[in-house]
Amino acid sequence: METSLNYTIWILILPFAAFVLNGLLSKRLPNQVASAISIISILIAAALSYYLAFVYFTDIGKAAETFMAIKAFDQTWLRFTESLQIKIGFLVDPISIMMLIVVTTVSSLVFIYSIGYMKGEKGYNRFFAFLSLFSFSMMGLVVATNLFQMYIFWELVGVSSFLLIGYYYDKPSAVSASKKAFIVTRFADLGFLLGILLLSYYGNSFDFLEISSDNGAAVSQMGGITFMGMSVLSWALLLVFTGGAGKSAMFPLHIWLPDAMEGPTPVSALIHAATMVVAGVYLVARMFTVYSFGAPDVLEIVAIIGAFSALFAAVIACTQFDIKRVLAFSTMSQIGYMMMALGVSGYAAEGLGFTASMFHLFTHAFFKALLFLGAGAIIHSVHTNDIREMGGLRKYLPISHITFLIACLAISGIPPFAGFFSKDEILAAAQMHGMIYFGVGYLVAGLTAFYMFRLYFMVFWNKNQPAESKVHESPSVMTIPLIILALGSIFAGFVPFGNLITTNGQVLETEFHVSLAAATVGIALVGIVVSYLFYAKPSDRPERIAKSLGGFYRTVYQKFYFDEIYLFITQRIIFGIFSAFIAWFDRNIVDGTINAIGWLTAWISSRIKGLQSGQVQQYAYVFLGGVLIIGLVFFYYWMR
Amino acid sequence: MDILTLHIVVPVLTLVGISLVKGQNMTRWTAAVGMGLQLLLSVYLVFSYLDAKGISPETEVFFTRSIVWFESLNIRYDIGVDGIAVAMIMLTSIVIFTGVFASWELKNMYKEFFIALILLSAGVFGFFISQDLFLMFLFFELAVIPMYLLIGIWGSGPKEYAAMKLTLMLMGGSALLLVGILLLYFGAGALTGTPTFNLHELAAVDFPMEIQRWIFPLTFIGFGVIGALFPFHTWSPDGHSSAPTAVSMLHAGVLMKLGGYGCLKVAIYLVPEAALEMGWIFLILTGISVMYGALGVIKQTDLKYINAYSSVSHCGLVLFAILMFNQTAMNGAVLQMVSHGLMTALFFALIGMLYSRTGTRLVHEMGGLMKTLPFLSVAYVLAGLASLGLPGLSGFVAEMTIFVGAFQNSDLFHRVFTIIAISSIVVTAVYILRVVGALLLGPIKKEKFMNLKDATWYEKLATVTLLLCIVGIGLAPLWLSDMIMNSLESIINQLTGL
Repeated sequence: METSLNYTIWILILPFAAFVLNGLLSKRLPNQVASAISIISILIAAALSYYLAFVYFTDIGKAAETFMAIKAFDQTWLRFTESLQIKIGFLVDPISIMMLIVVTTVSSLVFIYSIGYMKGEKGYNRFFAFLSLFSFSMMGLVVATNLFQMYIFWELVGVSSFLLIGYYYDKPSAVSASKKAFIVTRFADLGFLLGILLLSYYGNSFDFLEISSDNGAAVSQMGGITFMGMSVLSWALLLVFTGGAGKSAMFPLHIWLPDAMEGPTPVSALIHAATMVVAGVYLVARMFTVYSFGAPDVLEIVAIIGAFSALFAAVIACTQFDIKRVLAFSTMSQIGYMMMALGVSGYAAEGLGFTASMFHLFTHAFFKALLFLGAGAIIHSVHTNDIREMGGLRKYLPISHITFLIACLAISGIPPFAGFFSKDEILAAAQMHGMIYFGVGYLVAGLTAFYMFRLYFMVFWNKNQPAESKVHESPSVMTIPLIILALGSIFAGFVPFGNLITTNGQVLETEFHVSLAAATVGIALVGIVVSYLFYAKPSDRPERIAKSLGGFYRTVYQKFYFDEIYLFITQRIIFGIFSAFIAWFDRNIVDGTINAIGWLTAWISSRIKGLQSGQVQQYAYVFLGGVLIIGLVFFYYWMR
Repeated sequence: MDILTLHIVVPVLTLVGISLVKGQNMTRWTAAVGMGLQLLLSVYLVFSYLDAKGISPETEVFFTRSIVWFESLNIRYDIGVDGIAVAMIMLTSIVIFTGVFASWELKNMYKEFFIALILLSAGVFGFFISQDLFLMFLFFELAVIPMYLLIGIWGSGPKEYAAMKLTLMLMGGSALLLVGILLLYFGAGALTGTPTFNLHELAAVDFPMEIQRWIFPLTFIGFGVIGALFPFHTWSPDGHSSAPTAVSMLHAGVLMKLGGYGCLKVAIYLVPEAALEMGWIFLILTGISVMYGALGVIKQTDLKYINAYSSVSHCGLVLFAILMFNQTAMNGAVLQMVSHGLMTALFFALIGMLYSRTGTRLVHEMGGLMKTLPFLSVAYVLAGLASLGLPGLSGFVAEMTIFVGAFQNSDLFHRVFTIIAISSIVVTAVYILRVVGALLLGPIKKEKFMNLKDATWYEKLATVTLLLCIVGIGLAPLWLSDMIMNSLESIINQLTGL
């Protein structure tokens, strides 16, 4: 059985080869060839992934009514000790396959879309090289068999994100956004790395299957050792979660995500909406067994952070005017949902939250990628990001309009669109765990519907475009991906997730909650109606409300001043005080001491070099003086 | 003639060749051919070592040879290599080879320059093949002294000051080292009847603790000075910033590694009990220098100072790892020596190339160079990414091995310093990205940067050679890591008292 999965290696090799080829030859290849290399490689990888999914779910995956994890291959890459080795492998299990499907599907569509979007840009080939690098890294992350492999690819997706955010490298804002994204996530990754080191020190393995085997028996001994009131295992898992929170832009490590919108829009769709930012959710899901059995206290923290981020971001999204930033905060909010669902989840029969989280990850990838690509099509046509300068675009951009509307309905949780099903499950799981989570989730559902339709109405309705407007629909290479994603946003909700992806691989019976569904749809409709009243036609109502809220509105609009707080800590305290002090200390104290020793030596020698004057009289005086002193000393001792 | 002696003979013959030929072109080509041969020789050495080790895995030192030199003093020409020395020799060959091309356009007294440079490298090669402390010390001094001339004559800025400072500080280190070596020599004489400089004979001697407590700090600080041990590191920023490009490359890339190598092979190998007892003092110092160097970089504006302080941080990690006293961390230390050697040589080479074009080394005076110098800029970004430990490049392999090794010591003291050291990866990311952002990205700062010429063939050759090694180790580290790991057994056995 093992050998039959050898082809999976091509899923990783092909995008990597495309990156190397496009990277090395970027100057020499014609644009069409460069994009063709990237697109063909990702399409083959996608086809292989679909094939793998089909074979796995219908044939090889199931043993005794349970979906098993299979290692297609697992090769030693670096040996630390006999038991601690970094391996590069390919893990096939339900969640890795689900992620592979998401990554390859969205990647393929975004790659194709980019042909149109990036047309005529300088560095077109570079763009495709980086996209391929990203897809390779993301798939390596998804199929990781061990923590260290995941960390390796985790860093690689980080650097791809850095390179793509900073794609317009002569634009200072893009440069600083890319730096910010890299450094904030790097800080979080420090936690991840420390978590890995702690886990591997006590568990003596990096391997996911070994760590999770027997419900985490390998690391359960860590439960006994405590540090500051929490078991070491909890600390380790909390640190690992920190890494995930950084990548997934969870509060308070979210500050890089809105700025990351400086990257080209296809990048935002692929990396900062559908795939990379959900890596944190995936990480927790991958280690869910350990979290669930070893550290329920950390899982509670995950739920709290998730719920808070969902609410926090949804509130900010209601006030922003940059179309991509609204979507960025929306992404943060939806990932908060997923985190919350994981946090409230139990194991086996109580594992609804886990399934719901993965389900939402899956559906979210479609409608959020669609929203971003739609936003890209809009920006491409009107050349602005500011929704106040748009309006009435439904006549000019019919395909973008319909697909965007579908995505808005999906994210708002209107049946039968995809988001409805996954959100319903999340709220059901939250309700089982605690009313506070349900309350937050319910409120966020309403806010989501409000800010999404605020966006929709301001872009496509509201005021009319000037008559001489030359705004027109994007080329079909851009609209076809939109249509495909729209189909996904409509139908992805019908995938029977409870049968496929569960905490323990066995079928989870999910029931449909009519009253819950009705309540969720109800609040979503309220959100839509309110935004209709505010934004469907030009009116001063939004402004009046904003005015009446005064300082609160400003604080929200300024994203609760988190950027300023971080800036103060890094620039003023770390750079301004620590670094400056060290630079001064090194030059003046450490080096000063060394120089002082040198100077002292020179000074002493300059003082005594006068003795070697060459004057005989002086020598005679010194000689006589010496004799006299010695004589006196002898005399003194003799007299005693 | 054996392959190790050839590693000294080739540079010496190159020196003779250089002194015989006339003109800049002939001189540099002679140097290039000589060092090219040396590089091939080292590659051959790696393969023959791996072969030999495969045949007899129990043997520690290969290609040994022992010729009596001063019979009355029991000084011998004892040579031989293990996996660590092979790795360091390979590194040295790469750096000196690329260093020749980085000095391709040097006009002023080129002949003397190449002679001094290659003489220095001969000293380094000799150091790594020595199995006799006297020989080792001799080659050590041979490597340090040409440095004075190289900086004092071909340097820039306050070059006399820098050359003097560097040489005196390193000489101070040598003085401590010499005392330590003599203590070992006479101590062995007193204990066994025959004084000896041979490393393995000394390792077998069971020195009493009272002597070990002297030998360990003397040798550790003695080698530590050249390994940029805090607070004896201040020669490094001044020295590097004044030195010409190839000298900075060789110095930071290879010479600083003599420190780590010496600490491992002399201070710890020969007096393990004192090392275990007193190591914590130096662990504090190295733990400081890792973080201190990294934070110190942020406020620097001169590219060479930036790289010098980051070297303090990265070389601090080498000594830090050695003091963790386990095989994994020590393996990481050697990997870090190789990785940092390649990386920093590349950095200094690139800084030299940028300086020759822009006429400045101040970060804030440059900007947007990616537009006009894409090749050099991409190379700089890659060097930076290697330096901040991106997977797929050599730095990651070394750092992770160190961190995993360091984490095996689970007491609070080690944990705290390990976490401090690991935290430096964030600071490294900060300063690397700041420099890359200010230097290469953003709009072009000055009109005159618009028509700069990108790398010439010899610059490309140097850059690509170093990059290939960095990427090669980064993608396929297992052979190197295993080669080093297998050679650490004897040191570990010494420490565990086996």
